[in-house]
Amino acid sequence: MARAVTPRRKLINTGAAWAVGLLIFFPILWTILTSFKSEAQAIASPPILFNFDWTLENYGVVMERSNYARFLWNSIIIAGGSTILGLIVAVPAAWSMAFVPSRRTKDILLWMLSTKMLPAVGVLYPIYLLFIQMGLLDSRAGLVIVMMLINLPIIIWMLYTYFREIPVEILEAARMDGATLREEVLYILTPMAIPGIASTMLLNFILAWNEAFWTLNLTAVDAAPLTAFIASYSSPEGLFFAKLSAASTMAIAPILILGWFSQKQLVRGLTFGAVK
Amino acid sequence: MATKASRSAARLMMAPAVVLLLGWMLVPLIMTLWFSFRTYLPLRGGDQGWTGFDNYVRFVTSSAFWPAVQTTLIIVVGVLIITVVLGVLLAMLLDQPMWGQGVVRILVIAPFFVMPTVSALVWKNMFMDPVNGLFAHLWRFFGAEPISWLSDAAMPSIIMIVSWQWLPFATLILLTAIQSLDSEQLEAAEMDGAPKLKQFYYIILPHLGRAITIVILIQTIFLLAIFAEIFVTTGGAFGTRTLSYLIFQRVLESQNVGLGSAGGVYAIILANIVAIFLMRIVGKNLDN
Amino acid sequence: MGQIQLKQVTKSFGDVQVIPPLDLTIEDGEFTVFVGPSGCGKSTLLRLIAGLEDITTGHIEIDGTDATALVPAKRGLAMVFQSYALYPHMTVRKNIAFPLRMAKMDQAEIDKRVEGAASVLNLTDYLDRRPGQLSGGQRQRVAIGRAIVREPSAFLFDEPLSNLDAALRVGMRMEISELHKKLDTTMIYVTHDQVEAMTMADKIVVLQAGVIEQVGSPLELYRNPRNIFVAGFIGSPRMNFIEGPEAASHNAHTIGIRPEHIEVSTTAGHWEGTVGVAERLGSDTFIHIHGVPGCDPMTVRAGGDVAVKHGDTVYLTPDATQIHKFDAEGLRIA
Repeated sequence: MARAVTPRRKLINTGAAWAVGLLIFFPILWTILTSFKSEAQAIASPPILFNFDWTLENYGVVMERSNYARFLWNSIIIAGGSTILGLIVAVPAAWSMAFVPSRRTKDILLWMLSTKMLPAVGVLYPIYLLFIQMGLLDSRAGLVIVMMLINLPIIIWMLYTYFREIPVEILEAARMDGATLREEVLYILTPMAIPGIASTMLLNFILAWNEAFWTLNLTAVDAAPLTAFIASYSSPEGLFFAKLSAASTMAIAPILILGWFSQKQLVRGLTFGAVK
Repeated sequence: MATKASRSAARLMMAPAVVLLLGWMLVPLIMTLWFSFRTYLPLRGGDQGWTGFDNYVRFVTSSAFWPAVQTTLIIVVGVLIITVVLGVLLAMLLDQPMWGQGVVRILVIAPFFVMPTVSALVWKNMFMDPVNGLFAHLWRFFGAEPISWLSDAAMPSIIMIVSWQWLPFATLILLTAIQSLDSEQLEAAEMDGAPKLKQFYYIILPHLGRAITIVILIQTIFLLAIFAEIFVTTGGAFGTRTLSYLIFQRVLESQNVGLGSAGGVYAIILANIVAIFLMRIVGKNLDN
Repeated sequence: MGQIQLKQVTKSFGDVQVIPPLDLTIEDGEFTVFVGPSGCGKSTLLRLIAGLEDITTGHIEIDGTDATALVPAKRGLAMVFQSYALYPHMTVRKNIAFPLRMAKMDQAEIDKRVEGAASVLNLTDYLDRRPGQLSGGQRQRVAIGRAIVREPSAFLFDEPLSNLDAALRVGMRMEISELHKKLDTTMIYVTHDQVEAMTMADKIVVLQAGVIEQVGSPLELYRNPRNIFVAGFIGSPRMNFIEGPEAASHNAHTIGIRPEHIEVSTTAGHWEGTVGVAERLGSDTFIHIHGVPGCDPMTVRAGGDVAVKHGDTVYLTPDATQIHKFDAEGLRIA
């Protein structure tokens, strides 16, 4: 509950919070601003905050030079594909665990969580080898599968915690009303869980979008997503600040916006329901 | 509580997820274990047979091992201290009544959504570049000599970048936890005459205990595995080679799969130790 | 039709047998109430009949055919849940129509039946609202509406009134009784509230720990409780039980006398006691009296304006014809 405070106190709070907020946000703001500068103004001394000649030139150059669209498309396919695939596998599993719990349900859930904690670097080479053997190296399909697998525990957990909030009586009512299992999931459970399913999808899309271990190590050209696109700027040519900023802005903008919508679910999803 | 029919349906519906994750866990794990006991150099003769525990011994006794462990620990502990302390303070600040709380929240959470490669690059070039970075300008403005952050102060720089990325996560979880604190408890404490500092120690901090533990455990798991931040900034040079990065180099750069796999097994054991504690907490939460 | 027969039905969860072998017949058109303290297995029994739980052994027959292995949908029963279990994302109309839609009934017939049910239950004005916009009583009606449109062979009610406030509960009680008279369909009603059981039932089944203690009409149970448990459970305020020499003088281990069968006097009577708390309801006064040997406190129902106060000495006389006698096992002695 909001405690009553004096206006003066509230003013101080507001000032302090905004100052800290802007400080934390500043690197992002600075990147976005720089992306609209000319290269000369980007490295001007002293630095220019707002008072520069706004230009879209950098975006044009970046798009042209590095085939940004392909990287973007790869990111969308990998993040989107793995999320949808994960959902298809996770919804039935979460239904089972939430509504037909057995003595082993808890153990299974925790075991699933434990697979998420396997350090990627520990199994990098086997996966690398398997990918070569199966012809999945540098393929979008391969990355979709890997992203789906690493995020599957989170998807199942999030759905599980959402499903558990749906009273089982409602599903039983549907059963009494003559609904088959398929109809029960399709007409009752899914519509009721839409908000939960949506935020699960959102968070997993973000996690897959930003994942930077597998995407860097399992792709080269064809399937490389935005993480690799940006990493390619890490060579010493990084002096092109404005273009680097434009590329960065393009890589993070969609996810920043999605992320702001999903911030509440983030807590739940990433703490596996332990903090609500 | 359900019927036989629904129980068998449940097993069937759970099967794909279980099978997939089991495969994802076991196949690479067994392969890693297998490789770790072999001399395996893909570019220099391939699989040269069984070596017992040689790789394990070599990995631990190599001159790079202990510095890597040390580096890993410094990064993990450093980032944890910074994010938890600042996170608690920030969460308490954000919990106060103010104007534009929603917007501030959005500003604070934003770094978490920035791709690790992007944040590493932005920090490396636009802030920490010794000539054109903002810090260099700032140092010059005060008449100081700009610092070559990522070579002369590589560890603090990396810790700072990673903390910036994870502070939002800590803040958000702690804020959620603070908001679930019953304000009547604080009011009761106030009625009992407890000063603000005592209220913080005896009520707020214990209430946050579980959230802090969870922040520490989850961050530890992610921090043990940080990769892109180092890959993009220092490439493991200047004393920033973590255990993960060392294994990565052994496997992919020097192509010594056997040795790298042994390192991988160490990393898995390390992560499991942390994971066990996290599971305890999450598991307890499942019961209620 | 709606005759339901349970034959040697048992239910175990793991190693725990919650319902030992049980036989029960519910006749067509009967309003049967399962009543008992919480945890007595009454809801489990209802869920077994509904098919939401498997029975461990035994048979369930509905209208003479074995329904043991049938899924809930195929048993032709409708259920009203404690939490109403309305579908929150559907309007009232869609909620009520849902079972008909699942039965693939044609739209014209669905509309007709939904309108019919709505007018019976006074829901016509609310058909396009969602459950979240309704009051508790209205939600309850929607849940009932969803059950009656299917024209089931029997209705199952699982503590349907426990989420309503007291005033509404009395109203809904009458509405459900009214509905039963109108539809003349078998109803099985689970409650822990003996007042609901007494006022609504044709037949009451008193359960304790999964065992049927007694089956009978409300008055039968009131007049001739088979054992101490039933005697204590049925009737409000609770029957007074007296042990010791007083009971022995009736050749019983325990005797029971209901509060309404005791006369209070300020001058003379069979027992002497001191007034403790007197609960005045206006129409009646429930007086709790201390000091009666073998029974402390003894509750007595007196007139609304009886002039006693805390600490007064009063004299009590039981109606000798209304004394219930029980043996050491708690069974009634004829």
